[in-house]
Amino acid sequence: MSTSGSLPDVLAPRSRAPGLLAVTVVLMVLPVFLPNAFYLDVAIRIAINAVLAITLNLLIGYTGQISLGHAGFVGLGAYGSAILTSRWDIHPGLALVVSAIAAGVLAWVIAGLILRFKGHYLAMATLGLGIIISIVITNETVWTGGPDGMSVGDFVMFGWQPSGERQWYWIFAALLVVTIVLAQNLVDSPAGRALQALHGSEVAARAMGIDTASFKTRVFVLSASYAAIIGSLSAHYLGFITPGIAAFPHSVELVTMVVVGGMASVWGAVFGAVLLSLLPQVLASFEGWETIAFGVILVVTMIFLPRGIVPSLAGLFRRPEG
Amino acid sequence: MSQFLQFVSSGLTVGAIYALAALGFSIIYNASGVINFAQGEFMMLGGMAGAFLTAAGIPLPLAALLSVVAIALVGLIIEKLVVEPASGSDVVSLIIITLGVAMILRGIVQVTFGKANHSLPAFSGDKPIAVFGATILPQSIWILCVSALLVVGLSFFFGRTRIGKGMLAAAYNRLAAELVGVDTRTVLMLSFVLSAAIGAVGGILVAPIATTSYDSGGMLGLKGFVAATLGGLGSGVGAVLGGLLLGLLESMTAGYASSAYKDAVSFVLALLILGLRPQGLFGARQTDRV
Repeated sequence: MSTSGSLPDVLAPRSRAPGLLAVTVVLMVLPVFLPNAFYLDVAIRIAINAVLAITLNLLIGYTGQISLGHAGFVGLGAYGSAILTSRWDIHPGLALVVSAIAAGVLAWVIAGLILRFKGHYLAMATLGLGIIISIVITNETVWTGGPDGMSVGDFVMFGWQPSGERQWYWIFAALLVVTIVLAQNLVDSPAGRALQALHGSEVAARAMGIDTASFKTRVFVLSASYAAIIGSLSAHYLGFITPGIAAFPHSVELVTMVVVGGMASVWGAVFGAVLLSLLPQVLASFEGWETIAFGVILVVTMIFLPRGIVPSLAGLFRRPEG
Repeated sequence: MSQFLQFVSSGLTVGAIYALAALGFSIIYNASGVINFAQGEFMMLGGMAGAFLTAAGIPLPLAALLSVVAIALVGLIIEKLVVEPASGSDVVSLIIITLGVAMILRGIVQVTFGKANHSLPAFSGDKPIAVFGATILPQSIWILCVSALLVVGLSFFFGRTRIGKGMLAAAYNRLAAELVGVDTRTVLMLSFVLSAAIGAVGGILVAPIATTSYDSGGMLGLKGFVAATLGGLGSGVGAVLGGLLLGLLESMTAGYASSAYKDAVSFVLALLILGLRPQGLFGARQTDRV
């Protein structure tokens, strides 16, 4: 293990406790410093984006499969929950599970078709999938309310009905910590190694006996269902959803968080989510400049720190050891 | 029958625009292996520049020429500032970079010109022409003729001129092209200038029938990408046929089935074609190098 020198850090897992502890402490004390509901809302949106970015990173960063349609699955979850709870009066918890399973099944069916593609063709296929979902949501007005959106009822969990930003904050904060733990465990597990091997070279991974098709499908299904769950919960939190939640720009936003923060880095995804969720708040009064800033950050990061901010900076501090 | 003809004519009109977008994708893809997600933005910029120059009182032909030159310059700047420094990045990074460029261009237009819709006057009036019971806008004829001229011009350029052949050679095998004296850096620059100019022409042509605004490049670009993928990435003939096919299918869907779902058709079709024939309808089969 000590000879791993130039190999990626995966071979020598560092202790994960300090980082996790730090995040937990920050999440615990943060509400004390947030003066009002507006800031809590921003914090919640950051947590939602962070969870989505982490799971998307499993697909893009670790497995090397680009997805330009991830928001489609978020939309499936959100609208699944909204429709099931409002039209059929189904329990919100059950609706969440059903939506997540539906998204997973769709991902599984689609995966067989599209995960054979690479590079641009995969980008095209995932982009197409996301856009088809968002077009259906926009056009099935009877079910979804169309472009005007639809309202979503309260969430109920074990007899508890979370309400107000403060209660929802704890739900999303807990979800973030759990997601970080799960993602780190997955990455360092044999399955995670297999994924990273197939990112490096699919042929080499196959030669080593890794069933690459099956692994790619599983990660795709996992990230899709996870996205649907987050979609369901954020729909209940927001109380009102529009087709924008499933649209292409939202997919791009999520990919941006992953690649700017850091591909193949759980903390990178979190950092990217924080940075790019705060940006619109800071630039809210300069309409249009927000888009320019997003674009500039994307381009500059990709040219100068192609692995993303967190892994590139971490590499800077570690280089001397090797 | 006349109704069918009507759908065919509007499908071909839209298809010609998609074909121009797809050609832009293919030219840059051939020269650099990059899918330029800012291709639709070139069309938007062309339309916007044309609209503002004519609104400022400059006669249409001059305004169109100035816009095309200006947008070609934008293409050159993007290649110099962004694409060249990023050469050697992997596919995912390059996709992200061009998405970033698209955002920057869209943002700049939004900040300077606002969010309003703009339009160009039709090149030769709005009076529809009746052909076999179908009516065709003069602008449609302009679009079809100019697009056809462009395609003929491009095929002459790539097939007959020294620099065009050099660009094709570089697309087949960059190293071999360099060895026989093709300057691949110039090829890369030219590809962006050419694609931006073609995009601008498309944008100006379509502006009189579909208004243009800061965000009108998005869908156009994606459709162009679909058309290029349908025809086979990098194939010139494929791009043109892919564009026309897409336009016809959309127009038939809108006419006979549901206009709300016409946008979905292109993406469903792209998924199907990719599944059945991953190299596109006219693309060469690719093998992986290990």
